[in-house]
Amino acid sequence: MKQVFKRPEALIDVPFHFCPGCHHGIVHRLVAECIDRYGLREKTIGVASVGCSVFLYDYFYVDVVEAPHGRAAAVATGVKRACPESFVFTYQGDGDLAAIGTAEIIHAANRGELLTVVFVNNAVFGMTGGQMAPTTLAGQETTTTPSGRETVTNGFPIKMAELLSVLPGTTFVARAAVNNPKNLMRAKKLLRKAFEVQTNNQGFGFVEFLSACPTNWKMSPDQANKWVAEEMIPYFPLGIFKGETV
Amino acid sequence: MTETVLVKGNEAIAMGAIEAGCRFYFGYPITPQNEIPEYMSKHLPEVGGTFIQAESEIASINMLLGASATGSRAMTSSSSPGISLKQEGISYLCGSQIPGVIVNMSRSGPGLGGISPSQGDYFQATRGGGHGDYRTIVLAPHSVQENYDLTMKAFDLSDKYRNPVMILGDALLGQIKEPLKIHKYKKKEFSKDWILTGTKGREPRLLKSLYLSEGELTEHNWMLSKKYQRMKRSIMFETHFLEGSKLVVVAFGSVARILKTSVQMVRDRGMKVGLFRPITLFPFPYDALERISLSIRNFMAVELNTGQMVEDVKLAVGHKKNQVDFYGRPPGSIPSPDELFNEIKKIYKKRIG
Repeated sequence: MKQVFKRPEALIDVPFHFCPGCHHGIVHRLVAECIDRYGLREKTIGVASVGCSVFLYDYFYVDVVEAPHGRAAAVATGVKRACPESFVFTYQGDGDLAAIGTAEIIHAANRGELLTVVFVNNAVFGMTGGQMAPTTLAGQETTTTPSGRETVTNGFPIKMAELLSVLPGTTFVARAAVNNPKNLMRAKKLLRKAFEVQTNNQGFGFVEFLSACPTNWKMSPDQANKWVAEEMIPYFPLGIFKGETV
Repeated sequence: MTETVLVKGNEAIAMGAIEAGCRFYFGYPITPQNEIPEYMSKHLPEVGGTFIQAESEIASINMLLGASATGSRAMTSSSSPGISLKQEGISYLCGSQIPGVIVNMSRSGPGLGGISPSQGDYFQATRGGGHGDYRTIVLAPHSVQENYDLTMKAFDLSDKYRNPVMILGDALLGQIKEPLKIHKYKKKEFSKDWILTGTKGREPRLLKSLYLSEGELTEHNWMLSKKYQRMKRSIMFETHFLEGSKLVVVAFGSVARILKTSVQMVRDRGMKVGLFRPITLFPFPYDALERISLSIRNFMAVELNTGQMVEDVKLAVGHKKNQVDFYGRPPGSIPSPDELFNEIKKIYKKRIG
């Protein structure tokens, strides 16, 4: 009998700690599938960030270095420059990449570092209990915007993919979602491209994943997937902002 | 064959680093250490190395963390306010046991302060400096030659203990121009069974500082603590004229250099004064000073600050009938050998007569 579905070799056979309905598990799997697809497992060095994704090293069967909060792109720069034959990816949430690590991601992108950046945008600080993130939507209630995010006082949700796409240093920048099978299949292709621009020595690859956080959104997984479709995607449009179509 | 060249202190540090096999430098401009990144930007590419002028001090230290994680020798340099920014990364380096050399050609603070010589960063350097219960090895050169030699040593100590090493100087040591005897670095082998290179032929490796399971972090911190204790084997210091002395002047770095003249001046006038110069500020040579205090009762700490290292001198000898006096000069002016001569004379008259 032909096997058509199995756990990626790059993924360790342990249960994820993520909450029910969280998209981190899906994005982890997509990353692992790409590592397998391009035969990169033995040459991959992952850079873990701070937030729900910090336990990357418990799930990926690759070398991992843990970066301070927001600094993954700088750590990855050091890793890739010192070990250019390796495949280097960072995996960062929105608090990490779009708030405390804004300088690091912009300048790594602007230098055109040969990195693949996986950016998970769930519109809240997940691990700390659902506070406002730079990506929190206008009007969205969080534990630090109890009456909803007011743009007058809290500013606007930041669009990282669009922002990075205008930098000459970036090669591939896209936004994806995994809230339904169609978006997931598309996300897979975008992530592959972000891998290829590194493996082909073309430049900096970046994929932003709109991700559900049912726990902090106080929704069921179904409601959360619907919220991604109805609230997030209209503000954070999916697609390629820089680079060839896939 | 040794060649002698006339170079600035900052250049000597950069030269020592490249000679010791440092191939990655990450930094951000700040006075008075700019000759280090400038030298590195010119000469690292010549030996196949990489120089990155980073967007910030924070990015620099984290690039160092990444490069060192692959087993490469990497360095960053800065000055006081920039070193404050690097402390986050230094804490992670210690927690994750990743080596790296950090140069602090310190300014005078607090805040933006000034660029004149100062030893105001002693506490920050020797007490960890950032968050958590950690220590970095701190080396305090007092000449251009030592800038070169101790930079090489810093890389060895850093690899030996898998811990960051800081070189603590100031504008005087960075800007002074002196003859430097260039010599070959003697390559030493260190265990590299922890570096990240990809998992080919082995199990995955992990460099991290997060320990959440019950008891795990306690165990990790005890392990680090034992390592800091082991670092005592690497203590370095220099002594002058201790034999028969009644008073020992204790000083490090630039002011120790000035004091060498002052101490000679008081001795020429018949006063029995010796000099003790710690070269490792962490670990501090407590035991050596304590042994000295068995035969000499009077100590005088001299610093370019309002009193920091003097606390370590007191920890070492501040018991029984020992006397520890202090003369400090906050930043803004460099004391002359004559001025320090007068200060030593005052203490000598008060304690010995």
